[in-house]
Amino acid sequence: MSAPLVEVSAISRSYSMRSGMFGRATAVHAVDGVSLSIPKGETLGLVGESGSGKSTTGRIVLGLEPPDRGDVRFDGKPMAALGTQAWRTQRARMQMIFQDPLGALDRRLPVASQIREPLDIHGIGTVAEREDRVRELLRAVELTPAHGARYPGALSGGQRQRIVLARALATKPDFLVCDEPVSALDVSIQAQVVNLLCDLQARLSLTLLFISHDLRVIRQISTIVAVMYLGRIVEIGSADDLFARPEHPYTQALVSASPAPGRRSAGRIVLSGDPPNPAARPNGCAFHPRCPRALARCASEVPVLSAIGDGRQVACHLVTGPHVQTRDAA
Amino acid sequence: MTPLVSIQGLSVAFGGAPVLRGIELTLQKGEALGLVGESGSGKSVTWLAALGLLPRHAKVSGSVRLDGRELLGAAASELDRIRGGRIAMIFQDPASALNPVLTIRKQLCEALALHRDLSGEAVKAEALRLLGLVGIPDAARRLSAYPHEFSGGQVQRIMIAMALAGNPDLLIADEPTTALDATIQAQILELLSTIRREMNMAMVLISHDLGVVAENCDRVAVMYAGRIVEQAPANQLFADPLHPYAQGLIGALPPLDGPRRRLIAIPGTVPDPAQMPDGCAFAPRCALAAEACGATAPTLAPIADDRAVACIRAEASRRALLGIAAE
Repeated sequence: MSAPLVEVSAISRSYSMRSGMFGRATAVHAVDGVSLSIPKGETLGLVGESGSGKSTTGRIVLGLEPPDRGDVRFDGKPMAALGTQAWRTQRARMQMIFQDPLGALDRRLPVASQIREPLDIHGIGTVAEREDRVRELLRAVELTPAHGARYPGALSGGQRQRIVLARALATKPDFLVCDEPVSALDVSIQAQVVNLLCDLQARLSLTLLFISHDLRVIRQISTIVAVMYLGRIVEIGSADDLFARPEHPYTQALVSASPAPGRRSAGRIVLSGDPPNPAARPNGCAFHPRCPRALARCASEVPVLSAIGDGRQVACHLVTGPHVQTRDAA
Repeated sequence: MTPLVSIQGLSVAFGGAPVLRGIELTLQKGEALGLVGESGSGKSVTWLAALGLLPRHAKVSGSVRLDGRELLGAAASELDRIRGGRIAMIFQDPASALNPVLTIRKQLCEALALHRDLSGEAVKAEALRLLGLVGIPDAARRLSAYPHEFSGGQVQRIMIAMALAGNPDLLIADEPTTALDATIQAQILELLSTIRREMNMAMVLISHDLGVVAENCDRVAVMYAGRIVEQAPANQLFADPLHPYAQGLIGALPPLDGPRRRLIAIPGTVPDPAQMPDGCAFAPRCALAAEACGATAPTLAPIADDRAVACIRAEASRRALLGIAAE
């Protein structure tokens, strides 16, 4: 495994939220002690339900938001302070793609000029070189210069997401954060964009942080997968291995909840209880009120993410030591 | 046996652009039918048209029969009895289907008063029973709560309770779990299938998620550009899809186990209803398209018991699929 390009150590971020106009402010721990390390050229998939803190993690990693605690190192160096020249230089090497491409594009500008914008901002190349680069980028995302002359409204959802991708690649970044980039697309178009992302990653040896709630897409694109629940990582491991042998009860429920053609729902783990609320996090293991196998200990002690072998780390009191097959024991 | 619902030649056009182009579909009592297809393929419009819920400027033609009685052009009073009574519908965004300033009790009781001959205490007792049935804990107290006090999954449960208020024979669930998280989706789908079994209710499950449909339906119809292109029992469709579009949809789905493979993407995009190609609407994206495909649109033809496909290249595509599988 090569040296990590991005190293996140124990980052936390909380927001204060008021209930009603005169209610007392409560702290919402969106992200709580998350550590990640993404090796150069690899893809780390971050999966979890809404409110699990995956998008906040992505924003902190990119420096769009400062962490309350912990730090992010990019290519061995700490992130520069927001708005400084050093930050700008660093930011040109990292880009972000969001779920809604129409919201990320300016409807009144032809898309080619939007792809060129990062080059103008960072002052890369001469005018002619920038034009060439835009054509090259359009080709890279499998579109033609004719598409470049159009406005976002005249493109389909999949084409718009390609434009956003082309723009993100304009400054030749090393690192890309993709936040639910294909979730709004139809299955057939989703497959086009996923394939394109995989190809581009291999060709440009990009490092990716890929955020999604969709286990299938995450598995397809990632080498390492981290599962988040209420601001913490509950399990992390290699993509193939993690979904084949999930160890954390929450990961097991997630994998089991993912419907598959040709499989009937028999034997599915259906969790009881409501989706987690970040403003009222349970004590101990945050998952314990919904966990089918919770012990008394789970309600009071927070489990620590610990290695169980084969590069797998799990935060669960029920999973201990290397190679313990807790599922068979249950 | 008379089918519960029989749709024949149902077509819908908005301002001259055809969005439904001759839907043929039957639904038996108690059956669970899945409708899959991309956005804009006409999955929802089929049922909005059948229930007379489309805006006035929509041009609707064809026939939709419920127990042999024609619904298209039926009197408003008759449709009022059928909608919410015999056929109920739930949607993707349950929060916007509830009135935010009324309690759940008021809204449930309204539905009950409309469709059941109940009054006074009986209505309240039935409202309580329904809320308990859909698994809202502490139902008696929660009846006086407002929609915003419930989570997304619970609001969808309340919508299901309201849909059940009229004891419907058919529930149309239009992307009922798309806005929900995976673990909550599993809860709602389990609830729907339990209720369906217990009440012997037919269900149409509209979804873009093939997995959801495969697991919860007996039969599946695949829609593309306003037509049904393939119809088959759920297990057969996913094991042996015949229409190139159905094959494409299944190939485009990333697998959750086994070796990772490159996804088989369908090239291009769905045609614009205003510029529908001649012949088969899928031909411009189809790897197997022949010259004849561009000439006439294939009709949905039966190829086996309970299976039908609208493709002149269906045999060739099946061979191609088996050839790939044999390698």
